[in-house]
Amino acid sequence: MSAATAELLAIHDLRLQFRSMRGLVKALDGVELTVHDGEILGLVGESGCGKTITGLAVLGLLQRPQAEITSGAILYRGDDLLAKTDAQMQKLRGRDISMVFQDPLASLNPVFAVGNQIEDVVRLHKGVSRKEARETTYKALASVGLPPDKDTFKRYPHQFSGGMRQRVCMAMALACGSPLLIADEPTTALDVTIQAQILNLLLKLRAELDVAQILITHNVGVAAQTCDRIAVMYAGSVVEEGPVSEVLKRPHHPYTIALYQCLPHGRTAAELQTIPGTVPDLIDPPTGCRFHPRCSHVMEICPTAKPQPVKAAERHWVSCFWAAEGAGLSAGPFRPPTPPDAPGTDDGAPA
Amino acid sequence: MTIWAYVVRRIALAVLVLFGVATITFLMVRIVPSDPAAVYVGSNARPEQIAQARRDLGLDKPLYVQYGIYMKNLVKGDWGDSLRTKRPVLNDIMHFLPTSLELIITALVVATIVGVIFGVTTAHRKGTWIDLVMRVFSTGGVSIPAFWLALMLQIAFFRVLHLLPVAGQSDIFVAQAHPITAITGMPVVDALITGNWPAFTDSARHLVLPMLCLAAYPMGVIMRMTRSSMLEAMGNDYIRMARALGVPPRTLLYKDALKNAFGPVLTVIGLTFAYSLTGTFFVELIFAWPGLGYYATTSILSMDYPAIMGVTIMVAAAYVLVNLAVDLAQAFLDPRIALS
Repeated sequence: MSAATAELLAIHDLRLQFRSMRGLVKALDGVELTVHDGEILGLVGESGCGKTITGLAVLGLLQRPQAEITSGAILYRGDDLLAKTDAQMQKLRGRDISMVFQDPLASLNPVFAVGNQIEDVVRLHKGVSRKEARETTYKALASVGLPPDKDTFKRYPHQFSGGMRQRVCMAMALACGSPLLIADEPTTALDVTIQAQILNLLLKLRAELDVAQILITHNVGVAAQTCDRIAVMYAGSVVEEGPVSEVLKRPHHPYTIALYQCLPHGRTAAELQTIPGTVPDLIDPPTGCRFHPRCSHVMEICPTAKPQPVKAAERHWVSCFWAAEGAGLSAGPFRPPTPPDAPGTDDGAPA
Repeated sequence: MTIWAYVVRRIALAVLVLFGVATITFLMVRIVPSDPAAVYVGSNARPEQIAQARRDLGLDKPLYVQYGIYMKNLVKGDWGDSLRTKRPVLNDIMHFLPTSLELIITALVVATIVGVIFGVTTAHRKGTWIDLVMRVFSTGGVSIPAFWLALMLQIAFFRVLHLLPVAGQSDIFVAQAHPITAITGMPVVDALITGNWPAFTDSARHLVLPMLCLAAYPMGVIMRMTRSSMLEAMGNDYIRMARALGVPPRTLLYKDALKNAFGPVLTVIGLTFAYSLTGTFFVELIFAWPGLGYYATTSILSMDYPAIMGVTIMVAAAYVLVNLAVDLAQAFLDPRIALS
């Protein structure tokens, strides 16, 4: 594997549950994800499928003891983040992995000037003088396309427009040179015209700063526009993953197919399609494949076993019995790379 | 609107409020069924002496003329003479006010520090035993009457533990051996700046019990407000964002969250200051503290209307000034306030 495509983040078999008043919510059910250096991965799915939780879990931001990771590994450059202490994770956040959220106005502290907010994060992680921190802050502002001047520095969040606020968030997240940015619905709260600007900014950040990204979105169109690869999540697991063009042009999983058919494609409102049924209750999730109650291709085996990922094409993986059978795909272990100590899954590397 | 326009507008508003207070005070005293002239000359005076006093005091003139004279003199700093002490009211007030302020300010400072720290801690440790213990403490502070708390403090620290003096502002022997040079009129402060250590220790020891007694209620209120305001602030997205960028928990609490949560707390501090201005009347009485409360109480009991009016206006002015300060501090704390 060349350095350019080295694995930056790898999530293996991540299982996570929440304690709630009604019982245990089995929120993540064996999530598998890989992000390479400088790559933009789209994490797509309906609300409540576990996209954001996956992002928060990577950063160790989930509230314990309510949220409990029951198994799995999150490897950052080969280091298991789940084995790290709180103090180690705190140092790593904002310096190695950063996250920006959906609502940029709510994400910025209303009572501090934005420049000071960025500067504080820089000083926190780099231990530099105020003067150096200020220079870094100006560079960060410039990198996200904001004027790197005193006027911008001294403004408060409410004095910016929505798109500019999201730029400020990104400047804050990337000021310390994080190689990985988790962007959770960064454009959802913005006007459509501004959305495109922010998506272009994500591409620009990758091109100029080589920032790898996980773009969490419910909008397949947004993912298609921006991402290299796409991972489709349903009810706590990744059901299909591959290069954007592959997955969207030749979707294999019935859920991906249905999701794709729900896109407007120039149809009128009456012609729009929906996926029948609703996202399952994760306190008592369906057995076997969690999508089977809504699936139009359900087979006998589906409620009885969880489908394992099979290779649909080069670097294109799908977890579905129907897809495996219909396409004559060979069932096999999920794609590597896998952690060296994971038993019995160490073959079939994608080219 | 810039922040300075806001400051000017707030100050103008405060002046208007003070004008209103002076007017209402003037009218209230005229409504009370008591003859100030009779009080002035004493109980054995003949009717013509009372009539003479009425003319001397200007009480025979029409109400609007009296009002005009009163307001003019008020602005000039002539607040009339006390019927009881026969000294200018403003002099009396300036003599008694500093000792009260010493008590109130130290009480509020202690209440704010303890209240805010407890409030932040209970919000951070919500649902734990620390939260429970501190909340019982604050409920006690709010609900225990000052007079009962004063007695309990006196029994505990004077009679049982022999740690602190029971009442008064200084020990007579210390006061004679190390007299305090009056500069600000606040004994502890004056002793401190003149380097009079025996007197400083003595007045500080005398200050502790009345101060605790006066601080209990504000402390409880400030703590509760800090707790609820912090809980709200901690739930905000910017706290999650700051955590996602590696900001340590202590900074999150005391910087990112507290600056946002402090607005309502400041308002409450302003309100409890007003409470303390009158709350100190009881406390000064119980602890024989020679302050404004003591002066007000004796003036009320002797129907000394210029003194009562003077104290009322002084208390109202202090209240207005503190709330003005709170509003301005809020505007500097949260830049969005001056805009709305």
